[in-house]
Amino acid sequence: MADVTTQKPTSLQDLARAQTSAPTATKILAENVDFYYSAFHALKTINIVIPDRQVTALIGPSGCGKSTFLRTLNRMNDLIDGTRLTGKITLDGEDLYDKRVDVVDLRKRVGMVFQKPNPFPMSIYDNIAYGPRIHGLTNRKKLNEIVERTLRGSALWEEVKDKLKASAFALSGGQQQRLCIARTLAVEPEVILMDEPCSALDPNSTFRIEQLMEDLKKDYTIVIVTHNMQQAARVSQRTGFFLRGEMKEFGDTDQIFTSPKQKDTEDYVSGKFG
Amino acid sequence: MADRAPTVPLTTAPLPTVPLPAQSVSKSTSKPSSIPPASSLARFGDKIYGAVIFLASLSIFGIILWLFWQLTGASLPSIRHFGLSFVTGSEWDEVSSSYHVLPYIFGTLFSSAIALLLAVPVSIGAAIFLSELAPRWIRTPATFLIELLAAIPSVVYGLWGIFILIPFMKQFIVTPIVGSRLPHLPIIGELFKGQSAGYSMLAAGMILAIMVTPFITAVTRDILRAIPRSQREGSYALGATKWETISQVVIPYAKSGIIGAVILGLGRALGETMAVTMLIGNQPPNTPNGISLSVFQPGYTLASALANKFSEASPGLSTSALVEVGLVLFGVTIVVNGAARLLVFYTAKDVQGGK
Repeated sequence: MADVTTQKPTSLQDLARAQTSAPTATKILAENVDFYYSAFHALKTINIVIPDRQVTALIGPSGCGKSTFLRTLNRMNDLIDGTRLTGKITLDGEDLYDKRVDVVDLRKRVGMVFQKPNPFPMSIYDNIAYGPRIHGLTNRKKLNEIVERTLRGSALWEEVKDKLKASAFALSGGQQQRLCIARTLAVEPEVILMDEPCSALDPNSTFRIEQLMEDLKKDYTIVIVTHNMQQAARVSQRTGFFLRGEMKEFGDTDQIFTSPKQKDTEDYVSGKFG
Repeated sequence: MADRAPTVPLTTAPLPTVPLPAQSVSKSTSKPSSIPPASSLARFGDKIYGAVIFLASLSIFGIILWLFWQLTGASLPSIRHFGLSFVTGSEWDEVSSSYHVLPYIFGTLFSSAIALLLAVPVSIGAAIFLSELAPRWIRTPATFLIELLAAIPSVVYGLWGIFILIPFMKQFIVTPIVGSRLPHLPIIGELFKGQSAGYSMLAAGMILAIMVTPFITAVTRDILRAIPRSQREGSYALGATKWETISQVVIPYAKSGIIGAVILGLGRALGETMAVTMLIGNQPPNTPNGISLSVFQPGYTLASALANKFSEASPGLSTSALVEVGLVLFGVTIVVNGAARLLVFYTAKDVQGGK
């Protein structure tokens, strides 16, 4: 195992693994999940165990279903007409697709950061206060606290502390994405889903967000979809490889990138296709 | 990305795949020398095309200037004769050749204000329903019907107003209100003073409301549809309900566009002639200055005055005064539209911030 670890690209990663090497609790469990867009069979018999307070990366070529799977975890696909899911997904043992589940509560527990930064047309402050406010928090002092804490948490505070009333659109793309992460943190979710959060960002902003994920995984379970294999290798502890709607392989990130069991996985991570 | 493509069935039409000019794609893999240089004929064509569309856009300025020039020229005798009192006075008397249009200006603005007051909430509500809430099987036919409503000729609306709206209004709106305590209230009572023969500001305002609703609804709906899906998803992902998402994210995002849609409706209401002429009563209310805040009183608009009086106008001052009515209508439209544009400009700035 030791020789495998030395091939890891970052030493931060090793540190994180050392801390989490003990078997961790399961946060999300997907069993035999099939998903359809009308007639299109987008996910085929997906089984996955997402551990608590770790980063799980989903990789695979375009159209493989990884984003679709991510969006089943907070039922974002419910918003699309004609979609259907079979199988079972549980969060802390509760079935997400049970009739009694309130999607509004679910999405409060499972936050999401999108591919393109999507701040709301309001000030930086209001963007973050939006979530707590819709969940009933009106106390100005508490809101101020949340805004500062989450902006610090997303490493944006120093850059925006003097212009909280400015429009969120005035920020750069990387800042907007960190604002969206702060906005997600403000409702105190347990899980954060990230759908290619860095694909619209420059390398420097990408680096900052990856650092941020290192910090966040102490408190949050993170599932990230990424096209960037180096990113998956850098930030995640577990990796799932998707291909044509199937999950070809799932395991420790080390193992997926250094000794994949499947030919397809090996071809993909070594850059033969993608 | 491509793997998200099926997840985003946008209702807006997909972009047509524009075929690139053959010369730029055909031989992209072969040597560059096989791409012929753009011929001088093609470049000349570019210039011609540029000139043609420049002239086309210039013609808009030309037409407006020409219109303004003609109207001003033809109304000069009246402008010289009455000066500013033309728009501040109230009397319009053919016998004494005394022409003043304050009641008409008031009627134009008042009837349009009633129309917007009634139409805006309905239109925005309908647009939100069609864009955000309606199941697909309602959305398509309802959208079609709304567009159909916009295409009905205004004289048909006028007829419908005379035979259906006015009797309905008298029975279910005027009679109950006149019999109630409402007209006796201070301030608000002014709006409901007097008995109505049916032909009134209210009738004109209601028909205008019905006529502008499809416009405002259709445009607002398109604006709401054009809001990026990511905005809604961002809100839902934080655990917002549908209503929270609509009222706090979707509407603020669309605010300036919605105001623009309302302006479009206002523009139509200000200039609408036929249906209003058929329903408004065509006489200023019987008050000293020809202005009454009561919606039950008859009225007159600039447009309906023009339509009614032009056929009987004698050459000379009378005709010149009527052309000036047109000029005033032109001016009112420009002022109101300009003010509304400013409003859009400032709300847009407010929303977009540093952009």
